[in-house]
Amino acid sequence: MTVHQLTCIQCPIGCELTVTIEAEGATPKVTGNSCARGLAYGIAEFTKPTRTVTGTLRVAGGTHPVVSVKTVPPVPKATVLQVAQALRGAVVTAPVAAGDMLIANVCDTGSDVIATTNVHKREGAQPQLPL
Amino acid sequence: MEEREVVIIGGGPAGMAAAIAAHKAGARDVLIIEREERLGGILQQCVHNGFGLHVFKEELTGPEYALRYADEVAALPIEVRLNTFVVDLSPTRVLTCISAQDGLTQIHAEACVLAMGCRERPRGALPIAGSRPAGVYSAGTAQRLINLEGLMPGHKVVILGSGDIGLIMARRMVLQGAEVLAVAELLPYSSGLKRNIQQCLVDFGIPLLLSTTAVAIHGKERVESVTLAQVDEARRPIPGTEFDLACDTVLLSCGLIPEGELARAAGVELSGATQGALVDDALETSVPGVFAAGNVLHVHDLADHVSQEAAVAGASAARYAQGLLDAAASFEVIPGAGVRYTVPHTIALGRTTPALIRFRVTEPTGAAYLVATLDGHEVLRKRKVALTPGEMQELTLAPAKLEGAHAGSTLTISVEKA
Repeated sequence: MTVHQLTCIQCPIGCELTVTIEAEGATPKVTGNSCARGLAYGIAEFTKPTRTVTGTLRVAGGTHPVVSVKTVPPVPKATVLQVAQALRGAVVTAPVAAGDMLIANVCDTGSDVIATTNVHKREGAQPQLPL
Repeated sequence: MEEREVVIIGGGPAGMAAAIAAHKAGARDVLIIEREERLGGILQQCVHNGFGLHVFKEELTGPEYALRYADEVAALPIEVRLNTFVVDLSPTRVLTCISAQDGLTQIHAEACVLAMGCRERPRGALPIAGSRPAGVYSAGTAQRLINLEGLMPGHKVVILGSGDIGLIMARRMVLQGAEVLAVAELLPYSSGLKRNIQQCLVDFGIPLLLSTTAVAIHGKERVESVTLAQVDEARRPIPGTEFDLACDTVLLSCGLIPEGELARAAGVELSGATQGALVDDALETSVPGVFAAGNVLHVHDLADHVSQEAAVAGASAARYAQGLLDAAASFEVIPGAGVRYTVPHTIALGRTTPALIRFRVTEPTGAAYLVATLDGHEVLRKRKVALTPGEMQELTLAPAKLEGAHAGSTLTISVEKA
C-alpha cells in the first residue's frame, strides 16, 4: 500500500488530497477533496495523469505575431514537454478564429491544438511564412 | 464637451463586466475607453487555463474568458473606444483622453467606473544591489513578450517572488524551452495559489526557495548571475548563506499595486493598505459618481471575482447616473485581528440584499474562524480549514445580520484561530 499527498489543481481552492493505493491495479482511494472534480483528479494522477497544455503558435500575415492555443482534450502528462516543443515549431496563417483546430492529434496524443483567440488577417500582408 | 452617461475607464475583465452590468441596470449610453487595440486587458496575455470556473462553470483560458465578455459587449449597444488613453480625471468627472485618431479630447461623464487594473512592483521599488544589465524583467513583461509579441526574453532564468504571475511564468518559460533554476520567495510562504505551486513548479521540478531573497544581480551588458541568500524572521539576509546562480534572465514577481494615478487626480481617497480607493458597498469612491472595481480597487486572485465585483460597480454607476443611488447613511467596516484590509470600507444602512465583504488575512494559519462582529456582537462565524494572505477571503452578510446597525456602528472582520 502506498499513500501520496498532493495538491488538487482543478480549482483555485487547491485541496490537499491524500491518495491511497491499496494494491497494484486497484482504483486509488482519495480523501481531502471537496468535490467530484477533485476525486477524478486524485484517481487520474495515479492511473492516467493528464494536463492541458496552453501556449502560443506563430502566425503569418496576422494582426498579431502569435495566437494563443490549448490542447483539447488534455494530453498525457508525460508528453507535456514534447507537445510544448511541437507548439514552438508550428506556424499558422491568418486569419485564425477562436475554436479553430490548428494541429490535429498533436504528437500522437489524440488531442488537438485549438485556438483560444482571434487573429485577423493583416491588411497588405504577404502570405509568406516567417523564417 | 462630449456628454456621456456612464464611462468605464479600462476594457479588461473589470471594465467589460461593469459596462454590461451598467447597460442591464438601465444605462442607455455606456462607453468603454481602452488603451489597447482590442478589449480584454491583461487576460490577452494570460494564455493559461483556470479562468471562468465561478462565472461560466467551465475552465477557460484567459483569452477565451475575455472573448466571452467582449462578444457580449459587442452584442449590446455599448460603445468601445480603442487605442485611447485617459490622462486625467477631474473631481467633476471630466475625462481628458488622448488617441492617435482623435488627438486630445474631453468627455464629461454622469458616472464613471475606474477599471484600470494594477501594475507590477518594478525593480526600482525593490532593494536589490548591483548594476543595471539587460535581462531583468517583471514577470508580466516577460509574459507579454512571449504570449503577445512572440519574443523570448531569455534562456536561463531565476524568478524572484512567488506571486501567481511568477509561478505561471516559471512554467511558461519551461514550455518555451528555457531552464528555470529556482523561484526565490522572501517570505516563509508563497503568496501564489496552491494549485499553481503544484502545476507550475512541482510538475516541472522547479525548486521553490522560501525565506530567500536576491542580494545582488551581476552582469554589465546582460545578467550573468544572481546572488541569493536566506533571510531571518525580520527578512534580513543572513550573512554566510549567500550563493550564486548563473543565469541570463531574472523575472520579478514581487507584488501588484492598483493603478492609482487617475484616482489621485480626481481626489479619490485611497486606502493605505490596498493603495486602491476607499469605497462603500455600492463601490462608490469618496468622489460622488466615481466608482471602482477589480484590481484598481484591490488586487484579486481570480478574474472571476473581478468580473463579479465590477458588475456591482457598473450597476451602481448606472443607478447614480439615473439619480437612483441614494446617499444613505452608512456604517464602517474595519479590519480586526489578523485581517489586513476589507472592501468595502462602509456599508449603507438598510440594505435589502446581502452585503459581500472581501478581505485578506495578515498571515498564514491552520484551521481558523472568520468572524464578523457588529458593535461587539458576533453576527457571523465561518470555519476555514486554512488561511493564507495569498487567498482572498469573503463573508456574505444577510440583511438580517446587519439589522442592528446604525450610523456610527462598526462591523469588524477578524480571524480567530480554531
